[in-house]
Amino acid sequence: MPTYVIQEKCDGCKGGDKTACMYICPNDLMVLDPNAMKAYNQEPDQCWECFSCVKICPTQAIEVRGYSDFVPLGSSVMPMLGTEDVMWTCKFRNGLIKRFKFPIRTTPEGAANAYKELKGKDLESDLLSTEEADGYKVPRPKGL
Amino acid sequence: MAIPNKAMGELKAVKDPEVEEREVDILIVGGGMAACGAAFEIKKWMAPGQSVLLCDKAAMERSGAVAQGLSAINTYVGSNAPEDYVRMVRNDLMGLVREDLIYDLGCHVDDSVHLFEEWGLPIWKKSEDGKTLDGKKGQKMGTLKAGATPVRTGKWQIMINGESYKRIVAEAAKLAIGDENIIERCFIVKLLLDAKRENQIAGAVGFSVRENKVYIIKCKTMMVACGGAVNIYQPRSVGEGKGRAWYPVWNAGSTYTMCMQVGAELSMMENRFTPARFKDGYGPVGAWFLLFKAKSLNGLGENFAASDAAKAELATYAPYGTAAITPTCLRNHLMLFEMKEGRGPIMMDTVTALAEIGKTMDKKELKHLESEAWEDFLDMTCGQANLWCATNTEPEKKNSEIMPTEPYLLGSHSGCCGFWVSGPDYDWVPDAYKIKADNGKVYNRMTTVNGLFTSGDGVGCSGHKFSSGSHAEGRMAAKQMVRYAKDHADFKPALKESKEELVDIVYKPVRTFLEHSQYTTAIDINPNYLKPSGMAMRLMKATNEYGGGTATFYQTTSKNLEIVMDLLQTMREDSEKLAAGDLHELMRCWEIYHRIWTVESHLRHIQFRKETRYPGFYYQCDHPGQDDKNWFCFVNSKYDPKAQKWDIFKKDYIKIIPD
Repeated sequence: MPTYVIQEKCDGCKGGDKTACMYICPNDLMVLDPNAMKAYNQEPDQCWECFSCVKICPTQAIEVRGYSDFVPLGSSVMPMLGTEDVMWTCKFRNGLIKRFKFPIRTTPEGAANAYKELKGKDLESDLLSTEEADGYKVPRPKGL
Repeated sequence: MAIPNKAMGELKAVKDPEVEEREVDILIVGGGMAACGAAFEIKKWMAPGQSVLLCDKAAMERSGAVAQGLSAINTYVGSNAPEDYVRMVRNDLMGLVREDLIYDLGCHVDDSVHLFEEWGLPIWKKSEDGKTLDGKKGQKMGTLKAGATPVRTGKWQIMINGESYKRIVAEAAKLAIGDENIIERCFIVKLLLDAKRENQIAGAVGFSVRENKVYIIKCKTMMVACGGAVNIYQPRSVGEGKGRAWYPVWNAGSTYTMCMQVGAELSMMENRFTPARFKDGYGPVGAWFLLFKAKSLNGLGENFAASDAAKAELATYAPYGTAAITPTCLRNHLMLFEMKEGRGPIMMDTVTALAEIGKTMDKKELKHLESEAWEDFLDMTCGQANLWCATNTEPEKKNSEIMPTEPYLLGSHSGCCGFWVSGPDYDWVPDAYKIKADNGKVYNRMTTVNGLFTSGDGVGCSGHKFSSGSHAEGRMAAKQMVRYAKDHADFKPALKESKEELVDIVYKPVRTFLEHSQYTTAIDINPNYLKPSGMAMRLMKATNEYGGGTATFYQTTSKNLEIVMDLLQTMREDSEKLAAGDLHELMRCWEIYHRIWTVESHLRHIQFRKETRYPGFYYQCDHPGQDDKNWFCFVNSKYDPKAQKWDIFKKDYIKIIPD
């Protein structure tokens, strides 16, 4: 399902510090044409349809069209990524629309505890840092 | 029609790139779950003065196999015993696994899952009255670490709301290691051995896919965790749809090729994974089988897997085939049998399954059930959801076809190819499973090259780690790398190759292109070079036809293997003439080069193992069935970088955990 960029909506992220889709695409597909200041998918047959660019695009300029090999036209699947939830709108070829909302994280963005102050003590043990801090003991296989 | 085509490749490559040289104690290559685990753990053990660097081909926020998200964590031990985890993996992989590695992983994986939940990953919980709560509502039940009950779909899997799984894990990893120690969009393509110390890793070379720059990085120790290998066999869809691989399409076998080229010993490269998935969209089937209890039917509407004929067939693969849970390859085997006998297609009976569950549910619960079914796709295979929409498929009204995909190579999911690594240094681990470094010490997860570690898809003989296990394994390797760097504090890495020689190697495809591209009027067709897209199709055609791809129902023979090995030899020669006009294409050149070497090792192993250990994944038709008398052992191989020769040999399997 290759991504496509809607001419009218894409502004090349000119107000941002980076072109969002180009920054995020795990397969280096989304690129900015600096003359047109528009992004495009430079290799649609290597698109994994991961929706990373669709989700990150600040102007909702990116959508997907099903692979021409096997997906009939006329449907669409669009996410709206919030800070706590994602809203999906799934439009069927026959017009049926289904909407779903799922949680995506339970903490504010940027709040993951990286345990920056935690220092491991025994480098020779097999314990991971947080296991050591918890007083975990690695069990021996039973019967050995 | 003289209409100019839009120029592709915005980031043109130049002949002489900038060179950035770095030296660190510890280098992490990769940015997926394993590398994020390493990034989280590493500084907790590093001493002042030690340094670390992480290089990711993409952006950590969405790189690796979990980029899109996941709807489940497939390995959470919880109240199960790690011994049973070993038994499950051993049975699924037809008896031949490294039980030390699996047990060890089973003892640490939960700690990573507990961190994921603390960082904000929503994990489904069971309410007091046994109902399912999603990860947000389930928070009131407390955390897994505090004893809350997860929603299990099988004995080992737990359900999550995992759209942002990778973003959350990467966030903690980046905070822990520090942005200043990360280079994103840096594709490491070749590892470098030390000039003085025999069999010692000393660095790596790569390039930026964003600017014309080559990185030369020296290090004392390194972990390579760049995932498995995808698009090595012709996919079932060969147009736009070839991007719709089941595993991430950007996994290019880089882990295997880079480490094997410096002499790291491989193990079980013959093992492959050929998942049965919803046809074309490759959406997951696990929740349908396990959570919704759906059955698969043949074209006649029969539940073929429950038939007497199927039971008899499975009995020929006892004890694996007769175990309570049928191994993944044998489930494929049964399905292929139906298809070959003309009783296809195989359908997932979603209609009956949802109707059955629906009998005990009210309207609100039914709505929730429907939402769960869709979330399974939307969390991890959005394209499958779109395929359902495009084909007007409502699972409660219309069944969907399932089919085995093209083969993949990996070591973290339901496959176990990868490197022979050291087990942990416990007294119950056999000596044969411990690799002693130059100083006589054992470093868990170190390959047979001193200072070179791997994890996730890179570790062989130890499948079923999945996302959580890969993260935990990356953390384990990280601690060992710090220990290795400390024990080798006096080691000063020295490279054999000069800066110019390394740039020549990395930018060779660019120089080939610039030298010859003016010769013809169309830059893609030129007798002096080959573009990577063409080479990719050539590789996939050869493997598909001769190496047991979908074209032959995964069957190959000794003669076919001879032919494909010849083809691979010429591909390796022609890969010297790969050409790149821009930085994206340079990335593709190196990826296809990595894929060719990886596939060659896969087929070399299949050629050596004269039995069919994994029916359903592949068939060596000259040697059908399992031959425990001669082949109940690992197959290992080693490329000698000096002599440029392969050695392939048997390695004893040692049973540790009793049945």
